[in-house]
Amino acid sequence: MIEQFFAQMPALVIVLPLLAAPMCVLLHRAALAWFVYLITAWACFGLAFLLFVQVKIGGPISYAMGGWPPPFGIELVLDSFNTVVLLLVTGIGAICSLYAKASVAAEIARERAYLFYAAMLLCLCGLAGITVTGDAFNLFVFLEISSLSSYGLIAMGAKRRALLSAFQYLIMGTIGGTFMLIGIGFLYMMTGSLNMADIAERLPAVADTRTVEAGLAFIVVGASLKFALFPLHVWLPNAYTYAPSSVSAFIAATATKVAVYALMRFLFTVFGAAYAFDELPLGEVLMVLAVVAMLSGSMAAIFQTDLKRLLAWSSIAQIGYIVMGFALASSAGITASVTHMVNHGIIKGALFMAAGALFWRLRTISLNDIAGLGKHMPWTSAAFVLAGLSLIGVPATGGFISKWVLLEAVIEPGHYWLAVAILVSSLMALIYIGRVVESLYFRERTEGQAVPGEAPPIMLVATWTLVLANIAIGVHATPLVGAAERAATALLGGGA
Amino acid sequence: MREHTVLRVITKLLIAPIIIFALYVQFHGDYSPGGGFQAGVVFAAAIILYALIFGLAEARRAVSPDVLRITAALGVLLFAGTGVYAMLQGGNFLDYDYLAHDAIHGQHYGLLLVEFGVGLTVVSTITSIFYVFAGRGRRTNEHET
Repeated sequence: MIEQFFAQMPALVIVLPLLAAPMCVLLHRAALAWFVYLITAWACFGLAFLLFVQVKIGGPISYAMGGWPPPFGIELVLDSFNTVVLLLVTGIGAICSLYAKASVAAEIARERAYLFYAAMLLCLCGLAGITVTGDAFNLFVFLEISSLSSYGLIAMGAKRRALLSAFQYLIMGTIGGTFMLIGIGFLYMMTGSLNMADIAERLPAVADTRTVEAGLAFIVVGASLKFALFPLHVWLPNAYTYAPSSVSAFIAATATKVAVYALMRFLFTVFGAAYAFDELPLGEVLMVLAVVAMLSGSMAAIFQTDLKRLLAWSSIAQIGYIVMGFALASSAGITASVTHMVNHGIIKGALFMAAGALFWRLRTISLNDIAGLGKHMPWTSAAFVLAGLSLIGVPATGGFISKWVLLEAVIEPGHYWLAVAILVSSLMALIYIGRVVESLYFRERTEGQAVPGEAPPIMLVATWTLVLANIAIGVHATPLVGAAERAATALLGGGA
Repeated sequence: MREHTVLRVITKLLIAPIIIFALYVQFHGDYSPGGGFQAGVVFAAAIILYALIFGLAEARRAVSPDVLRITAALGVLLFAGTGVYAMLQGGNFLDYDYLAHDAIHGQHYGLLLVEFGVGLTVVSTITSIFYVFAGRGRRTNEHET
C-alpha cells in the first residue's frame, strides 16, 4: 500500500485538488469549504516535497496516466526542473490557504465563498498539472483549467472594475491559450506525436520547415501573453489590482512563473536550445524585450499611487529578469531564471499578502491612505519592508541571491549592457519601494484618517512565513541555487 | 411563446425523443461515436428548448439551478472518483483495467462511469450558463443566493 502511494504521488498532486474542488461545492458552507481547501493545499505541498526528494535521490519519474504507456497515453514526467516549480506552486498555495480565510471573509460575499475556494483549488490543480505533465496537449488543457478558474477568481474582486479587468484578462488569456494550441497543433501535424519527449525525438528531421518555425513562434507569443512579457502585459496591472487579496498573492506568485516554466519546457526540452537559440534569433529578441520590460515596468511602478498596482507593474519588470536569464540559453542563465522564479514567487507573495493585510484594515490601499501605518500596523509594515528590500536585492535576502546569480550569468559571456540594465532596474525598485516605505514610516496620519490596529494574526503568520523563507534563502542559498543548477542541467539535456 | 400552439405541441412531442437520444449517445458512447460531452449537450438542448417555449421560470422550476450546481460537482467527483478507485485497486489514475475482475470488463465499466460523470457535468454547466445568460437583466434570486 505504501509503495502504491509513492508510485501514485505524481498523479495525486493533481487529483487531490480536482477531487476537493467539487467537494467544496457540495459542502456549500464557507468554513467547511475553507477547511477542505486548507487540508488539500497542504497535502499537495507535502506531496510536492516528497516528489522533490524522490527526484533528487532517484532521478526523473515517469507516470503513465490510465496505464497507457507513453508516447500513446498521457505521461507525467518529474525531473529536477519541474519539481522545483511544483514545490513553489504548492508551497505558495498552502500558505495562501492559511491567509485566505480572513481575507475572503472580508472581501467576498459569504454565500459565494465556497465557490471561491473551489476555484482556488481548480487553479491549483491546473498550475500543478502544467508543471507535472509531459504531454504537450495535456499542458494546454491544464493551462485552460488554471486560466478559466483565475478569470473567475479575479472577477470576484470587491470593486465592479474587477469584472472588467477579469474580462480583459479573459480576452488576452484566451488569445494566449489559443496561440499555444495552434503551436502545439503545428508540432503535432509535423511529428504526429503529442508526448514532449517523443516530439523532441522526431523534430530534428522536420525542423527546417515553415510549419515548425510557425509553431515555435505561436508557442512563444502565446506563452509570453500568459506571463505578461512586454509588450503583451496590458492585462496584468488591472487583473492584479482588482482581484481579491489572496488571489493577487497566489496568482502573482505562481501563475506567471508556471507560464514561464511552460515556455522554457517547450524551448529547451521540445525544440532544443540549439534550434531555438542558435538557428533562430530567439535569444536576442527575448533579451531586448526583457530589458524593455525591466526598465519600463520599474518606471511605471514608480509613478503608481495604488499599492497593488505598483506591485503589479513591478511584477512585469521582474518577469524581465526571469526571461533574461533563460534567453542567454546557458546553464548559468537558466540557473538564474529558476532561482529568480522561486525568489520572486516568495517575495511577490509576501508583498501582496502584506498589501492585502493593509487592505483588510483600510478597505483601500492608495499610498496616501497607508501614510503613517508603520506605527499602527508594525508587523505588516515590517514584513512589507523586508520583502521590499529583497525585491531591490539587498544582501542577506533571496532577491540578492537571484541578482548575484543573474549578474554572473550575463557577465560571463560579456553582456555588460545587460548588467547595467539590471543595476538600473534595481535602483528603480529602490525608488518605488522607497516611496511605500516613506509613506508607511515617515508620514503622519492626517486628521480624519482612521487609526487601525494590526491585521489578524493568521494573515501575519502567512505573510511572515514567506518573509522568513525569503531571508532563509538569502542567508543559506546553497539548497536553492543547487536545485536550480540541477534544473539547468536537466533542461540542457545533461541527465537529471 | 406560450400562445403558439403548434410550437408548444411539437416541443412537447420532441423533448422526450431528444432526451432518449441523449441517453443513447451517452450509454452507447463506448461502442459508437458519442460520449459524455455530446450527450450532455443534447440533453441540455432539451432543457433549453423547454425554457425557450415555456419560459425561463417554468424551466427553472423543472430543473432548479441549485440542483444543477450539485450535479455539476457530482459529475466531476464521479470522474475523479473512478480514477481514484483504480488507484486504490493498485493501478494508475484512471487505469480501468483494475476496476473489475478482468481487464475487458474493467475498461467497459470505467468508460461508462467516467463518461457518465462528464455527461452529468456538461448538462449541468451548459444549462447553468444558459440560465445565467437568459436571466440577465431580470430580477431573479440567482444573484443573491
